[in-house]
Amino acid sequence: MSEDILHKVTNEEYKYGFTTDIETEVIPKGLNEDIVRLISAKKNEPEWLLEYRLKAYRHWLTMEMPTWAHLDIPEINYQDIIYYAAPRKNAPKSLDEVDPELLKTFDKLGIPLEEQKALSGMAVDAVMDSVSVKTTFKETLAELGIIFCSFSEAVEHHPDLVQKYLGSVVPYTDNFFATLNCAVFSDGSFVYIPKGVRCPMELSTYFRINAVNTGQFERTLIIAEEESYVSYLEGCTAPMRDENQLHAAIVEIVVMKNAEVKYSTVQNWYPGDNEGKGGIYNFVTKRGICKGENARLSWTQVETGSAITWKYPSCILQGDNSSAEFYSVAVTNNYQQADTGTKMIHLGKNTRSHILSKGISAGHSQNSYRGLVRVNKGAENARNFSQCDSLLLGDKCGAHTFPYMDVHNDSSVVEHEATTSKISEDQIFYCNQRGISTEDAVGLIVNGYAKEVINKLPMEFAVEAQKLLQITLEGSVG
Amino acid sequence: MNKQYIDLYKQHSPSIKKHSAEVMNRYRDSSFELFAKLGFPTPRMEDYLYSDLREPLAVDYGLNINRIAIPVDPYEAFKCDVPGISSHLYFVVNDMFFPAKNSVPLPEGVIIGSLKDMAGKHPALVEKYYAKLSSEKEDGLIAFNGAFAQDGFFIYVPKGVMLEKPVQIVNIMRSDVDFMANSHNLVVLEEGAKAKLLVCDHTMDNVRFLANRVTEVFVAERASYEHYKLENTHNRNTNLSTLLIEQKESSNVLTNIVTLHNGITRNTIEIALNGEHCETLLCGMVVSDKNQQVDNFTSVRHNKPNCHSNELFKYVLDDESQCGFTGQLVVAKDAQKTQAYQTNKNLLLNNNARIRTKPQLEIYADDVKCSHGATIGQLDQEALFYLRSRGISGKEARLLLMFAFMADIIGNINIDVLQDRIKMMVEKRLRGEQSKCEGCVVCQ
Repeated sequence: MSEDILHKVTNEEYKYGFTTDIETEVIPKGLNEDIVRLISAKKNEPEWLLEYRLKAYRHWLTMEMPTWAHLDIPEINYQDIIYYAAPRKNAPKSLDEVDPELLKTFDKLGIPLEEQKALSGMAVDAVMDSVSVKTTFKETLAELGIIFCSFSEAVEHHPDLVQKYLGSVVPYTDNFFATLNCAVFSDGSFVYIPKGVRCPMELSTYFRINAVNTGQFERTLIIAEEESYVSYLEGCTAPMRDENQLHAAIVEIVVMKNAEVKYSTVQNWYPGDNEGKGGIYNFVTKRGICKGENARLSWTQVETGSAITWKYPSCILQGDNSSAEFYSVAVTNNYQQADTGTKMIHLGKNTRSHILSKGISAGHSQNSYRGLVRVNKGAENARNFSQCDSLLLGDKCGAHTFPYMDVHNDSSVVEHEATTSKISEDQIFYCNQRGISTEDAVGLIVNGYAKEVINKLPMEFAVEAQKLLQITLEGSVG
Repeated sequence: MNKQYIDLYKQHSPSIKKHSAEVMNRYRDSSFELFAKLGFPTPRMEDYLYSDLREPLAVDYGLNINRIAIPVDPYEAFKCDVPGISSHLYFVVNDMFFPAKNSVPLPEGVIIGSLKDMAGKHPALVEKYYAKLSSEKEDGLIAFNGAFAQDGFFIYVPKGVMLEKPVQIVNIMRSDVDFMANSHNLVVLEEGAKAKLLVCDHTMDNVRFLANRVTEVFVAERASYEHYKLENTHNRNTNLSTLLIEQKESSNVLTNIVTLHNGITRNTIEIALNGEHCETLLCGMVVSDKNQQVDNFTSVRHNKPNCHSNELFKYVLDDESQCGFTGQLVVAKDAQKTQAYQTNKNLLLNNNARIRTKPQLEIYADDVKCSHGATIGQLDQEALFYLRSRGISGKEARLLLMFAFMADIIGNINIDVLQDRIKMMVEKRLRGEQSKCEGCVVCQ
């Protein structure tokens, strides 16, 4: 019985797969210094940013793609990728000027751009391919001094802020994909919350990868000044494609004294078909720094998509008494591969971190948790607790855990625990006894299993996340 | 430093071969090729993340390639420091095996001796097992051992034979100049056989030593094997030890690795469960202070269904000691109904000590129960307060708690006299006193 259900799950088609026909402006395939200059020129960037890109590009040439992850990555031809694509009609003044096709796409995704925007209470900075198309609620935010705009606008209007913080958390030499992003990043979001301001609404960006063969190289920079608060949402769905698409984004977050940032992601990019063909490669560098005392940063992610996910949202706990959290549900099905986790670097005194990771593997997928907890000598009384659980829904999938712990003082407490199991016959039997069908029972158990993490998501996202779990594992989820 | 040994091998391989056994020479050139390709491991390699061997490997060691006899009688020079132990006692000085002197007669069919000699006497037997596990491994240290090891010990327990008394092998490092020894050991238990082996590592002279030992253990169907390793060497010793165990159906293995005093130690322990219904218990402890470095790399591979494994490692670190632990647990695709548990607990007593731990699970089957846990922390303040409020001094209270922390590892030693001895040694060690063994050079 349960095998039938699992079979059904494995055959579930990707429901959000559709493409929009919008003419996009693309530059030639390939990567060289001229392309980097061209991207920079197209975006009217200042000299220092071009220099930064070139510096990164030259460094990237000296690097090799890392192989340590528990992933099987087909060779990527970096000269066969288009590094820049922008919808033709740039910067529409009002909704009327936005291409109706684009609006339809957003409608299908349920993005509240039109009348829904008031209802949902979200400010949406919708990114379609590489250039910000539409930003809403800007005025409301501007009154509070909050800057929420596309990265290019930030470069234009707030170059001092961008220059000060760009690369301050993820240096351009950080890793292969981050360096590539530094050289060719197209656009992204920029958030600045001034001192003492509590952002009144959830800031949200929807990413879509749309043009054929264009890698998307997003760049997000979030700065929370002292005693401020912001909750930021990132959600993704992508159209069905046969060719692999590379996504190498960078997210940098700076959290000052007494400030708090919550960053939530629901990721549902096209994971490839039942045979593992196609799908998106998601190689993202996400890192935040708790710079001041009592700073708080939390990452919450629900990963259901992408053919290959390679992502470690990390926190550097520099300020004394700062704290960080990482909550993750990663679901893999068919031939998906995920190697995801976090890094918690404790530098300040009395810093605390909490890691909760739930992996669910089905089909032929491989799901790995990889996390580092590091406590440096000066991080007195640091405290960490990590829990990573794996649930296996089939005998052809794999669940792996690679925790690294590195403690360098005698006052810290670091704990890690992990379990791997499948849904037991007993549990199913218990539910059946009480009149719950096997299908519903599996659903109940999986939902209960992921609940701890889903509860951490903002309301609107929690609903979407639950839906995504259902779609990814339909049949086994009631 | 890789080149130095590559040149050495190219120049001296005829003498190396001349003073070794034919079966060992058969693997020598291929091992050398592999070493030339891999070189010595560096901390940049995932499996050697916590072992930095560059410094000890760069020392210019002497090698006894021509196997010139050392004028020493270990039975005179060395008194076993486990009082009252009744065992089949053998010594290995550097890589030379010393046959038993006042030997207790061995049960019929049991063979214990130098691997080189036994390869001559029982060629078919040695041939069947030698390098069957080690030649599969892509590891610089094992390859180096395959190229340079000329001897070692050989233990064979035939079908259905039970060795009542434990076999004790005392490895002694003895030299007047900085010295390196390579040895390759073989332990074979046939169906239903039973044996206990205690391996002790000691150093006699205050020079730099490096020992690179590979031990292959084959435990056949329904056999039962216990392996205890006790290291009590000085701080200028580098001990690289690889233990490869293969278990067949319904066999039972207990491994307990105790490191009390050392310089730099790397223990690689790999247990392959190649039959159904195997049971394995893998324990270990480390008490480290000063500049000690200990890295225990363990790998338990569930290749067949219905096996149970349990792993428990505990560390107490003081001063500037640096330790690492890796617990690899791999459950192969069809190894259903596996139960595998792993725990690593660490106490840090000093701000300069450092522990790195990596308990990793790789699971490719779905009907399994696996868990692992790792903790790094300090003594429980409330427990300390409880003891102090009952009139126990702070120092004693801490000792009691640390001793209790280690108790379950010590409890997994099934040789009573050895258990008592290790209990005492651990207690002395935790008190900061040297547990000095006679005939052993104790570090300054």
